[in-house]
Amino acid sequence: MAALNNDILLENLTGKFGQAIQPQADEYGVLTVHTDRDTIIDLLRYIKTDAALQFIYLTDITAIQYPEKESPIGVIYHVHSLVHNVRIRIKVFLPAGDERIPTATVLWNGANWMERETYDFFGVNFEGHPNLVRILNVDDMTVFPMRKEYPLEDPNRVDKKDFYFGR
Amino acid sequence: MQNFPSLNTNSNTDINLQSELSTLNLGPTHPATHGVFQNVLQLDGERIVSGVSTIGYIHRAFEKIAEHRPFYQITPLTDRLNYCSAPINNMGWHMTVEKLLKIQTPKRVDYLRIIVMELSRIADHIICNGVLGVDTGAFTGFLYMMEYREAIYEIYEEVCGSRLTTNIGRIGGFERNFNEIAFAKIKKFLAEFPKVLAEFESLFNRNRIFIDRTKGVAPVSIETALDYSWSGPLLRAAGVDYDVRAMNPYCSYEEFDFEVPVGTTGDVYDRFLVRNEEMKQSMRMIQQALDKIEKEDPTIFHADVPEFYLPPKEEVYNNMEALIYHFKIVMGEIDTPVGEVYHSVEGANGELGFYLVNDGGRSPYRLHFRRPSFINYSMYADMSRGMLLSDAIINMSSLNVIAGELDA
Repeated sequence: MAALNNDILLENLTGKFGQAIQPQADEYGVLTVHTDRDTIIDLLRYIKTDAALQFIYLTDITAIQYPEKESPIGVIYHVHSLVHNVRIRIKVFLPAGDERIPTATVLWNGANWMERETYDFFGVNFEGHPNLVRILNVDDMTVFPMRKEYPLEDPNRVDKKDFYFGR
Repeated sequence: MQNFPSLNTNSNTDINLQSELSTLNLGPTHPATHGVFQNVLQLDGERIVSGVSTIGYIHRAFEKIAEHRPFYQITPLTDRLNYCSAPINNMGWHMTVEKLLKIQTPKRVDYLRIIVMELSRIADHIICNGVLGVDTGAFTGFLYMMEYREAIYEIYEEVCGSRLTTNIGRIGGFERNFNEIAFAKIKKFLAEFPKVLAEFESLFNRNRIFIDRTKGVAPVSIETALDYSWSGPLLRAAGVDYDVRAMNPYCSYEEFDFEVPVGTTGDVYDRFLVRNEEMKQSMRMIQQALDKIEKEDPTIFHADVPEFYLPPKEEVYNNMEALIYHFKIVMGEIDTPVGEVYHSVEGANGELGFYLVNDGGRSPYRLHFRRPSFINYSMYADMSRGMLLSDAIINMSSLNVIAGELDA
């Protein structure tokens, strides 16, 4: 088997999924592709089960938010082929107000907590997840704290004097 | 003589005991949970029927705080991830930043980092294996080994002034050079520790009670371990030789000669053996690093990157150039490249990954930690099903869950 590198991998993926895969320039050595939520599970299943690729190790699932964009919230998957020692980063950007994406727990049980954490911080609704509840924050929290509209409180604010709090 | 009916069978007795599940709250603060996290267990007698894990009791909004701090100020945040091996987190973070900024560190810095990282791996495994012994009822091993974690803390103290949350790294290298006393202490540690470790092993490895409590307890197959994205000693005990140091070498690990210990059954006993073996490999690496350092210039302890490396205070007071750079770094007036990096190091618990997205500002646009404890622990409730309560406790201590890393 020829050694797998980013070019072969990209060729393979675009051959299989065509326009649903949009490669991104990445100068730090990990192939980054964008895709959509209809393709993501097929794509993950393909790279996991394909005999030539064998991306069997789900490294990480997380999210990012660009509030000014049309599709602000992106879910980011890092998957690792332990056989070829190649990593791939897959991003799915979701439209505002409609943050849902199918769950990856159908492929990896390890995705369970990673998706719960992503839901907890960004409010991404992983459809089909067995137990999509908050994991690190309190259950009755109503916001998704890692979103940019919830900035940290200004450490220099002056109305937080100790005597207001009886200290 | 009266015959007592057996409680295990419900046949031909007139006593009909109603069997009822009981609920046990294991944690949040319980001596057997090694940190602040809760497991609500449904028990049928002593057997666990189902369990729910609750975490997040000491969640500190780590990633949110990191988005509001300049790069150099994120160092103390990383120390509090896995506080048993703080320098590994610390170095991992700095290597991520250096990868983003395309900084090449000098060889001596790499070797010094390897010394510190392997020492902290040993310290972490000392705690984990020692406490595993305590949980099976053997306190002696823990006492023997604890002294050597102390020795490692003294080395940290000599290098950076603090012991637990070391704050040891800087972008490009270290805050200060290693002094002669530090090297002497490292050599003393290397000379003394193998004997203690051998004693520790002889205390446990063929101990009937220890073997009965650990062998065959919570075995994990390769498929299950990979399915749950396990990493580190747990994955290796299951039989996968995935070690980030060997697979994606960072920090000049490719020059070092070491083996990746691999288990076969993935049970608690194998995890114990893998950790012991890793300590020996770590000592081999430290010895090699010490040999390599002798050929390097002893004055070099950081890369020459004045725009990112905070100058020492004496220079700030006496040197205009250093003062300017100090101001620029502190005020965040230095341009950083736009890009995204994923970098992972082999933490004591497994693959510790840093995903850093930078938009060119003074602080990261988004920073995500792939925390091995968090991911390893996600299987715990599932794997406890059907296990005895006492086995579940041993299993938890062998997972080496560090609450700071679990919650971040």
